[in-house]
Amino acid sequence: MVGRNWRKSVLIRKPDDVRPSEITSESNYINRRDFIRSGAIAGGSLIAPSALSAVIPDTRLAGLSDVAQSALSTDEAPNSFEDISTYNNFYEFGLGKGDPVIQAENFKPRPWAIEVSGHATKTGTFDFDDFMKPFDLEERIYRMRCVEAWSMVIPWVGISLADVVKHFQPTSKAQYVAFETLEDRDQMPGIRGRSLDWPYREGLTIAEATNPLPILAVGIYGNVIPNQNGAPIRLVVPWKYGFKGIKSIVKIRFMSSRPKTSWNMAIPGEYGFYANVNPTVNHPRWSQARERRIGGSLFASKQETLMFNGYGEHVAHLYKDLNLRRYF
Amino acid sequence: MNTLQQIRFVWKPIVLLVCVLPFLFVVGDAFNITGGLGANPVEAIQDRLGNWALRFIMITLAVTPLRRLTGWNWLSRFRRMLGLFTFFYAFMHFLTWFVLDREMRLNDIIEDLTERPFITLGFTAVVLLTALAVTSLTAIRRRMGRRWQSLHNMAYAIAALGVWHYWWQVKKDVTEPLIYAVILSVLLGVRLFWRWKRQ
Repeated sequence: MVGRNWRKSVLIRKPDDVRPSEITSESNYINRRDFIRSGAIAGGSLIAPSALSAVIPDTRLAGLSDVAQSALSTDEAPNSFEDISTYNNFYEFGLGKGDPVIQAENFKPRPWAIEVSGHATKTGTFDFDDFMKPFDLEERIYRMRCVEAWSMVIPWVGISLADVVKHFQPTSKAQYVAFETLEDRDQMPGIRGRSLDWPYREGLTIAEATNPLPILAVGIYGNVIPNQNGAPIRLVVPWKYGFKGIKSIVKIRFMSSRPKTSWNMAIPGEYGFYANVNPTVNHPRWSQARERRIGGSLFASKQETLMFNGYGEHVAHLYKDLNLRRYF
Repeated sequence: MNTLQQIRFVWKPIVLLVCVLPFLFVVGDAFNITGGLGANPVEAIQDRLGNWALRFIMITLAVTPLRRLTGWNWLSRFRRMLGLFTFFYAFMHFLTWFVLDREMRLNDIIEDLTERPFITLGFTAVVLLTALAVTSLTAIRRRMGRRWQSLHNMAYAIAALGVWHYWWQVKKDVTEPLIYAVILSVLLGVRLFWRWKRQ
């Protein structure tokens, strides 16, 4: 049984030596999900929220435990871990989509601290482990639509942003939640370039931030999130273009006025604050009507982009009085 | 063999083979023989072919200044082939956009051409390159006489269109388009300098 022994040898290798595709084969992964789902239907207890407390191992790509499933997940087939972890934008680690996987190799996502400030009752600087403790881990399989007209399906593991916001008890003055990425020139070679005004900044309205969909993700495919995807903690807002999903967050601020956001600051005519996925409002330089789903063959055709990336039933009401052509 | 024959039967086939290699690697990568194209193969093909078109137009435009600087007159024997490879890579880049990216949907293509300036620029460059490629035949060149040179001076305008097209296409970082712009400025600059000195 050469295969078995080989698998065993994988287990004792250093995490750095483990190739992404070895961690959880996608087919095993999907079987596991089916198993969990059927178990949930039979027992009825697995899906119910429990008093979990999120503990995130500080070993690279280590498995996450006590992860609940979510009804908000899509049934679409997730992209391979390979695609998710080798093709993404993270300008702090280079401008090409193949750069982050290489340049973030030695990034140290732990120890990590998150500063919570602004119009909230509970504020302060929290160690990452303490920050995570009050929340429950959930898997959310979401579509991700990049503003560059490509898309993926990603099985995130994370905590509900709404829970996080409520935990810090924002005051009535808090109309927006702003986020900042770590700005560390020594660890992030892309920062030496002047591609964006560092640190990377993003923000949501308080109504968006307390919607059930957004999460702060700490994992992918049931394991600790890879450095290049925004370790140790990043935002995921599935109805907005990917650049809203700020990575490697070190600051959360409750604000009374609209925060400045990086891409909007860089090119305001092309990237708005809202950045809702909208097939009817084109980017000035390319169409947003269709998207290329990553992972298809060379001749696979593109697919129609859906309003709010298909999450309209959960979020359309947030924008019913907003001119989405103007506030793109 | 005299030098002319050597160029024709030895060096030209070698240069041709070298020039076709980037294309063969794209094809090889597309079929996972020589490597891979990553998560977004269509984008990778488009980027690589477009980049090679820009490299080839820079190389082609460098032939004459290089010949003047070094005195290697045989360099000019390769100019037409290099120019035709510029056209080849630009046209394959265009075809990738037309077939794989826009999937031959005419409405999308017309929308792109009319509403997206960077595509209008790129398309114009390809149309002009086609005109240069067709008129590169010796028989046509002879028939055109003096007008041939004025038509082919457009190579500079085409290179500028190509760089501009790239500049407008990138999301934010203009480093690479800037490198091409600098090379083109140098190539154009030395010619203007020589022209100014002659007067």
